[in-house]
Amino acid sequence: MDDRIREVIETHARLDLDPSTLSEHEDLYASGMTSHASVNLMLALENEFDVEFPDRMLRRSVFESIASIRLALLELSTENAA
Amino acid sequence: MTVTTTPQDAEFAVAVREIAEGVAAGAADAVDRDNRFPHEAVDALREANALSAYVPSAYGGAGVGFRDLAGACFDLARACSATGMIFAMHQIQVGCIMRHGAGTEPFDGYLGSLVAEQRLIASVTTEAGVGGDLRSSVAAAEADGDDVVFEKKAPTVSYGAHADDFLTTMRRAPNADPGDQVLVLTHAAQTDLEPAGSWDSLGMRGTCSPGFVVRARAPKAQVLPHPFARIAVETMVPFSHLLWGHVWLGIATAAYDRARAFVRAQADSAGTVSPAGRRLSALAVELHAMRSELRAATDEYSAMTTSPEGVEEAHTVGYAVRINMLKISASERAPAICAGALLICGMAGYKNDTPFSVGRHLRDTLSGALMIANERIHTTNAALLLVHKGS
Repeated sequence: MDDRIREVIETHARLDLDPSTLSEHEDLYASGMTSHASVNLMLALENEFDVEFPDRMLRRSVFESIASIRLALLELSTENAA
Repeated sequence: MTVTTTPQDAEFAVAVREIAEGVAAGAADAVDRDNRFPHEAVDALREANALSAYVPSAYGGAGVGFRDLAGACFDLARACSATGMIFAMHQIQVGCIMRHGAGTEPFDGYLGSLVAEQRLIASVTTEAGVGGDLRSSVAAAEADGDDVVFEKKAPTVSYGAHADDFLTTMRRAPNADPGDQVLVLTHAAQTDLEPAGSWDSLGMRGTCSPGFVVRARAPKAQVLPHPFARIAVETMVPFSHLLWGHVWLGIATAAYDRARAFVRAQADSAGTVSPAGRRLSALAVELHAMRSELRAATDEYSAMTTSPEGVEEAHTVGYAVRINMLKISASERAPAICAGALLICGMAGYKNDTPFSVGRHLRDTLSGALMIANERIHTTNAALLLVHKGS
């Protein structure tokens, strides 16, 4: 899952640095992701993982790192399975 | 949600209303006609310590709440649009310094001098070459020893020639991306304004907002510690849309007041309400809707600013969509209400020298759609709505 998240970040987050060097808790916003890019990231993640983030998840803290994105995706897949 | 009004809040509201009715209203026509700064109203606001009203008591300010700040914008704009807008824009700058500089020097010291000297702060956010995008800069802060120096070509700087201080957006450094911005406080003595353009405008003439090439040198410590991306989302954008909204509401209410007075005068002489007069009811519906939207959004934001979770809420897609919609709605409703008032007052409203003139109000409110252009906001929201489900 992390590899796919990294791929989406690489294409859409438009960071100042090489996404392969990102640690999983590194702050994407501090690494140069603009609010415009973050919306593209949200859309791309929804497409890549075939999910819909509910509005309550559309907040900075959910998309600020690889780890937080993974947590959100896992939460959605658990909800879908239940 | 509990609505608390402190004695300071009430005292402030009364003082502002007296200035609006006793000072600003009488000068409004001259300010508009002569394109001039509303000196008498701003002096009176200084005298009443209103420029530092939002500064907490720990710094010597009155510490009034955001809701009362919005109410003051409404009262002042109902009397004189320019005074209301100047007051609103100044308070937006105060909010940015308070919420993103307080607790650090030199900003703590600055808040003290703001209270003692009633300094007026102008905003230098517009820039040639960025297509009206607040969140994008060409100008950059260049380090020079312990100072930063910058030059910015700003096409619109409201009351720039009358300000004591400036808050300017720019890139963090010459090699930074356009969106990697900071906000820098400079005092008039540190800032050179080279005039670049005039301000013979359709409306909001008394805000005196020509262009300038702004050049300044200031100690590095005068760069606000938070990135502008954060300042914009948490403070500058919501403050602007809510306080501007109250200014437009104040102007629209003034136009409504005149339409109502016209219908009343007609009714008194003819003994009946004319068909045009019945439009007053439709106008009241529009005004009520606008007021309700602004009040709800102001209450929401006031509550948000009281807790870290609330402030975090400003960073959600949902809040961005809502505050953008509020701005579009308020800036479109206000001129529509003024145009409705014109239809009611007829020629008496169209002429500039009757008690029922509403031309100034209509011209002034037409600026709303251009201040952070509604077309740009629609583009932003259209993108956000792809991911925001609105559920």
